[in-house]
Amino acid sequence: MMGNRSVFGLFAIALFCLVVAAQPSRADNTLVTDISSHLISVTSDFTGTDLLLFGTVTSSEGSLPADKGDIIVVVRGPKKNVTVRKKERVAGIWVNTRAIEIAKVPGFYAVASNRPVTDISSTGTLERLKIGQHRLSLSAKTTPLDVQDFRQAIVRQQEEVQLYTSNQSAVYFLGTSLFRTSIHFPANVPVGNYVAEVYLFQDGELVSAQTSPLFIKKFGIGRRIFDFAQSYPTLHGIAAIIFALIAGWIASALFRKD
Amino acid sequence: MPVYLPIAEISVNLFLILGMGGAVGLLSGMFGVGGGFLMTPLLIFIGIPPAVAVATGANQLVAASVSGVLAHWRRGNVDFKMGTVLLVGGIFGSGLGTWIFALLKDAGQVDLLISLSYVLFLGVIGGLMLVESVGALLRSHKGTVKRKKLHQHYWIHGLPFKMRFRKSKLYISALLPLVLGFFVGVLSAIMGVGGGFVMVPAMIYLMGMPTSVVIGTSLFQIIFVTANVTLLHSMTTQTVDVLLALLLMSSAVIGAQLGTRIGAKMKGEQLRSLLGLMVLLVCAKLAFDLILTPDDLFSFRLLEGVN
Repeated sequence: MMGNRSVFGLFAIALFCLVVAAQPSRADNTLVTDISSHLISVTSDFTGTDLLLFGTVTSSEGSLPADKGDIIVVVRGPKKNVTVRKKERVAGIWVNTRAIEIAKVPGFYAVASNRPVTDISSTGTLERLKIGQHRLSLSAKTTPLDVQDFRQAIVRQQEEVQLYTSNQSAVYFLGTSLFRTSIHFPANVPVGNYVAEVYLFQDGELVSAQTSPLFIKKFGIGRRIFDFAQSYPTLHGIAAIIFALIAGWIASALFRKD
Repeated sequence: MPVYLPIAEISVNLFLILGMGGAVGLLSGMFGVGGGFLMTPLLIFIGIPPAVAVATGANQLVAASVSGVLAHWRRGNVDFKMGTVLLVGGIFGSGLGTWIFALLKDAGQVDLLISLSYVLFLGVIGGLMLVESVGALLRSHKGTVKRKKLHQHYWIHGLPFKMRFRKSKLYISALLPLVLGFFVGVLSAIMGVGGGFVMVPAMIYLMGMPTSVVIGTSLFQIIFVTANVTLLHSMTTQTVDVLLALLLMSSAVIGAQLGTRIGAKMKGEQLRSLLGLMVLLVCAKLAFDLILTPDDLFSFRLLEGVN
């Protein structure tokens, strides 16, 4: 948790410096944002959920901005290391033959904006802020020539299960300063610490940014079963066997013919 | 109606799971097998991670075999002595199987191991069963049923450590059920099956046990081996999903009771040829999946969290 927080802090400082560095002489707009909920509970009937993310753009004098600029919203899930394997045909059957370990793959990644991100800012800036699932920094431990195929495989498969999405619902401006978007979290969303980032661009330049934490946790009976299985694997195994013995006995008693 | 499975960590449709459990239970009751060889591949087909499918399948089989064995016990069709010897082998075998499973899971080859094991065993056993039972059906139609000799002597009967199994009317080497139990235990841990589809033919054709006690005895042994597999997988890989197992159990035991009644009305040869056919179908499906070019050559697996 500590490590997590310090990384978070560094990130915030880096962002702040970035924002300060990007401050030109003219009066700039700033952001105020929030999410409809900072905690998503995954219970046994969890089928996915939508979060509303909203905010306002205000000019530095506190008045309504003359030019509201562009908004990009990014939600990143907990990062994990993954092993990507590639199948090849060996003696007629398909076998995993090659494996590459790729570090810090976000388990969830969603981006939303009021117009295509490439129209909003330069590729260099987007690259630096890691905006867009194809600009994630997926660093591989080994780098063979086709390492890009392995990286793309992750993005492709995460897109298929809707864990990586872009512009599922675009950012809408309501009036001159209020904006909103909703981010969809599917049923298979990984639990952990998330971060929602909101970037304000003006004429292709980043002028303001805000991050808010977001937690996805398991709750209810499902959570208790999961915790129990992890903390007391032996007891869990014995309990599973006892349940099975009882279920079998009950069934047999119910259907006894005499 | 979706249900979130806490260990598999996915949402599944409640009625799909119950329906699958019921259907597999019905077939297992009809044919007197645990049905693991159908349940595990079906679970994998609907997206349950293979490791969870195997471990949970074993858990569900505990319930299925308990309800089956009680029925056979009441009719006096369980050879407890034979079952115990099989069981001793089975405990060691399932220990080895779980170890191999965990090893290959780390190497990323466990799915291949599961598929290959299924194709190999289902292919051989299904083929043998089909050939034998169709032959028997043809013979019975011609009305030239040869009376079998009460005892046939092979090299098997020359093995040491002979034991008397009264219920099975056998006097054979204890090594035979020990090795068979061990082998089936390995399969049980790797494939999430009870192993009835290997054990039952081996008991009939290899050991010469009377058909009437074969199923009850194999079920008796399967209870303990699958319980051991459940415990070992729970301890080493934490892949037993109790909620999934309970859902499967509740529908499978009902299906099995109905199946037993249907099965009792059918002839042994008919049952065996149908079972052989079914085993071959599952085998063919799995073999095709190994040979056909997959939609995506890449797959990825999460390692420990880094944050």
